[in-house]
Amino acid sequence: MTYHAGDYDVIVIGAGHAGCEAALAAAKMGSNTLMLSLNLDMIAFMPCNPSLGGPAKGIVVREIDALGGAMGKVIDKTHIQMRMLNTGKGPAVQALRAQADKPLYIQEMKNILENEPNITMKQAMVNELIIEDGVCKGIITETNAAYYSEKVIITTGTFMRGKILVGDYEYESGPNNQRVSVKLSENLEELGFDLTRFKTGTPPRVNSHTIDYSKTEIQPGDEKPQGFSYETTEFITDQIPCWLTHTNERTHEVINDNLTLSAMYSGMKRGTGPRYCPSIEDKIVRFHDKPRHQVFLEPEGRNTKEVYVQGLSTSLPEYIQTEILRSVPGLEEAEMMRPGYAIEYDSVKATQLWPTLETKKVAGLYTAGQINGTSGYEEAAGQGIIAGINAALAVQGKEPFILDRSQSYIGVLIDDLVTKGTREPYRLLTSRAEYRLLLRHDNADLRLTELGYELGLISEARYNNFQEKLRLIDEGKEVLHKQIVKVADHVQDALVRAKSTPLKDASRALDLLKRPEITFDVIEEMIGEQDYPAEVKEQIEIQTKYEGYIKKSLEQVDRMLKMEDKKIPDNINYDDIHSLADEAREKLKEIRPMSIGQASRISGVNPADISILLVYVEQGKLARS
Amino acid sequence: MEFDTIAAISTPIGEGAISIVRLSGPEAVSIADTLFIGKSLPEVESHTIHYGKVMEPTSEIVADEVMVSVMRAPKTFTCEDIVEINCHGGVTAVSRILEIVLENGARLADPGEFTKRAFLNGRIDLSQAEAVMDVIQSKTDQAMNVALHQLDGKLSKLITELRQALIETIAHVEVNIDYPEYDDVEEMSHDMMEEKTAFVHDEIDRLLQVAKQGKILREGIKTAIIGRPNVGKSSLMNSLVQEERAIVTDVPGTTRDVIEEYVNVRGIPLQLIDTAGIRETKDIVEKIGVERSHQILAEADLVLFMLNHNEPLTDDDRQIFALLEDLNYIVIINKIDLEQQIDIEEIKSLAKDNALITTSLIEEKGIDDLEAALAHLFFSKDIATEDGTYVSNVRHIQLLKQSKEALEEATNALALNMPLDIVQIDIRRTWEYLGEIIGDTASESLIDQLFSQFCLGK
Repeated sequence: MTYHAGDYDVIVIGAGHAGCEAALAAAKMGSNTLMLSLNLDMIAFMPCNPSLGGPAKGIVVREIDALGGAMGKVIDKTHIQMRMLNTGKGPAVQALRAQADKPLYIQEMKNILENEPNITMKQAMVNELIIEDGVCKGIITETNAAYYSEKVIITTGTFMRGKILVGDYEYESGPNNQRVSVKLSENLEELGFDLTRFKTGTPPRVNSHTIDYSKTEIQPGDEKPQGFSYETTEFITDQIPCWLTHTNERTHEVINDNLTLSAMYSGMKRGTGPRYCPSIEDKIVRFHDKPRHQVFLEPEGRNTKEVYVQGLSTSLPEYIQTEILRSVPGLEEAEMMRPGYAIEYDSVKATQLWPTLETKKVAGLYTAGQINGTSGYEEAAGQGIIAGINAALAVQGKEPFILDRSQSYIGVLIDDLVTKGTREPYRLLTSRAEYRLLLRHDNADLRLTELGYELGLISEARYNNFQEKLRLIDEGKEVLHKQIVKVADHVQDALVRAKSTPLKDASRALDLLKRPEITFDVIEEMIGEQDYPAEVKEQIEIQTKYEGYIKKSLEQVDRMLKMEDKKIPDNINYDDIHSLADEAREKLKEIRPMSIGQASRISGVNPADISILLVYVEQGKLARS
Repeated sequence: MEFDTIAAISTPIGEGAISIVRLSGPEAVSIADTLFIGKSLPEVESHTIHYGKVMEPTSEIVADEVMVSVMRAPKTFTCEDIVEINCHGGVTAVSRILEIVLENGARLADPGEFTKRAFLNGRIDLSQAEAVMDVIQSKTDQAMNVALHQLDGKLSKLITELRQALIETIAHVEVNIDYPEYDDVEEMSHDMMEEKTAFVHDEIDRLLQVAKQGKILREGIKTAIIGRPNVGKSSLMNSLVQEERAIVTDVPGTTRDVIEEYVNVRGIPLQLIDTAGIRETKDIVEKIGVERSHQILAEADLVLFMLNHNEPLTDDDRQIFALLEDLNYIVIINKIDLEQQIDIEEIKSLAKDNALITTSLIEEKGIDDLEAALAHLFFSKDIATEDGTYVSNVRHIQLLKQSKEALEEATNALALNMPLDIVQIDIRRTWEYLGEIIGDTASESLIDQLFSQFCLGK
């Protein structure tokens, strides 16, 4: 028999990267939030690579921060190394990546959650959802505690019916040998949810003492102090390097000789694995003419000797893994501390979700993170914060919060998931964004701080700073616009040094900044130093230099938003629209898009179907008026 | 409701004495005004019709004489501003005008789109909604059939190849972006990118040339007959016309007696241009001078240049040879029944590799030679391709032009040394435009390309 254990506004099941952001957002927005974790020592644990950020993903971390989330702040405090990537490329694709200190990251995140007054944390295994009239009302734990709530968010990652595979050995387990969640998965199936099996993998960890670093190449962090969060003011200067080595013919020989022993190739694994995260077996088979593959050695933290061997994700038997490791320069004597493994798990088909991440089947129930078929800590956290915000808004009876594709990578991610679904674990790539130039690393705050503030997730102090930044950007642009640069020796010198063409006539400083090779520094050489913070100068430069392209993107966005604004009523009956092509009708019935814009992104729905839908929807409007 | 401005030919193609290009949308009047020589259209009363000409605004070449009616919203079929350009029947004038309209800001209307707009703007009764939707579906099916028919395998294969070349380039840049430290993927350089885009640009250019040839097949080779007065231009025209009596199309209009004449020579459609000039003014070169010839030559795909066997070459003749430099032309020395006054060796050297025919139209001699020369010219690669890869669909031509423009913007950005991920924006647009031709714009294929081309992962 169950017992009534408590009442909350929002319950979050799981305390990974999605769960943490979901609980924090809901709590900060005033919801009394219960957070349940299988193991309170493993909050915000990174079961795979010890790093956060990188192209697209790093921008998501900044977006989470601009919405008041925690991921950026925590990694800023706990990283061992930070690098800005793609510095030789355009501003749209630059991104930060940090190497994380895994144990410290856990501590810091747990500390933040424990100090959030609206969050109650408990260690528990959830077995069942309480559903009344198709609405989720709470959960029941394996110890028969019944917690009631307005909203429930499931963020169980890869724990649902998880199965670890090493060679021909397999066992039920969550990642890193944690407890597996079976009953919840069965419960979701009973409720009619469509689940799919996905798989992913992780490489072995080795002991740092047994690595001969002299045979590898050092990969240090940047010297320039930098961080993800717009609130971070103190930067870590004491960094730890990573190391680069390569596989060779010997490695490939070992793998080829033992392919049949790999869990993946012996046909045991049924789940679909991601192409962007292939095992080393996969790489050798698919790209057999490549003589070598990179292997990065990444420390898992400051106070541990475990080193993550990036590039050697594998599900081969343990003894083969040792043989593979020892074929790699620098790892000849390496002691494997944990073997690599493949993990198979249940995920929820994301097309069963609204863009708020609430499920279509069960009102009041949300799912976020890896359970929705994504991969990556950042993708999980990005969904978490959106689910948390929407659960809290729904509790307050307010309108939902949905980011569109022109506002954020989070918007791209969720729109892709709920509109197209995914046949493999979904990873964000910059190429998935149509308006990449607008979704930059440097302007995440400009895009989202206002929204975060309106939701109550951004403090007054931070908001004031943000307003001041906006003011300074406008002022600085005006100053440079008015500043005439005359033809003079020091000006021509500065231009020549910057490999630019000398001036023929006087020019506005702002116009000179439009030249691709002229940076703000060069302008300052000509007109003297300008008294603005570095991030203001950066904005002035980027906004000026890429003005034409930005304008073009904004025009595209305008067109897209017009279609986005044409809402489709929830009570639409697609069977009534006879002219629709059959495939389109089936897809529309499944996805139930909220707008004509979203409908147009569903594969199998053609422009003619969209025209018909538009006519039908407008007809309905006319009929009502 | 806010819409862009759409345009389409709204009369059956190739039938009737008059064809109509219809524009609908907020910019309909202003677009029409930029290409209309006549009254200022923004100032005319609604629901009035005006005489004038349509020209291509940049070159100022006149396409046709037209009647333009202006109907302002809301009392129109679509409840938007509508302009209807009434031009001469046949294919040439109307497709040229549509092309000009599309180049100046209008978008080609989707099947059934005028009707759809009429409905969306509340013009059509609610009970007709179903009918409208059926119209859209059936017109789409029809258009699909036509499109499929027009899109022959070779063109589609070629476009697919170009897209493949582009997407490989795009994927390469993307992989540099998303996997910055993978050293086994070479960093794409500006030079590499330029090389790839130049190749695609050339191919699109070639396709557009072919497109012109496709139009030739449909509309005829625009052929000008030029020469000094009394050299026998009218006789030549008459004998060509006589040979193929049945094919002559006289389109009586209100403004000219004869607009265009089609003749079919051994299956090659010739569209004789400026025939009125030949008939009415007896002496082209003298009366309207070299400048006018220049204009006629600009329009012509093929020039038949007539000289008199009985008169010495003049400076005017030599000047015309210079004008013909880059054109397809055939030199016809007429009146060989009369005494030779002309220096044939000089003509040979002036005409270079172009065909030289001698005729006596009065004695009906040499016509066969001319026809043989025409056939030779037509079936050589200069005018038409033998493999029959034709681009004749206005939509396809429009998309090819857009692809080319996008690619040129990419090339400019490359020259400015813009970062490759910025240059990429226009390369990707090119890829999308080309995809629209063959009906494939799914961006998932980029992701697929990324992972099949490169070995990536943790």
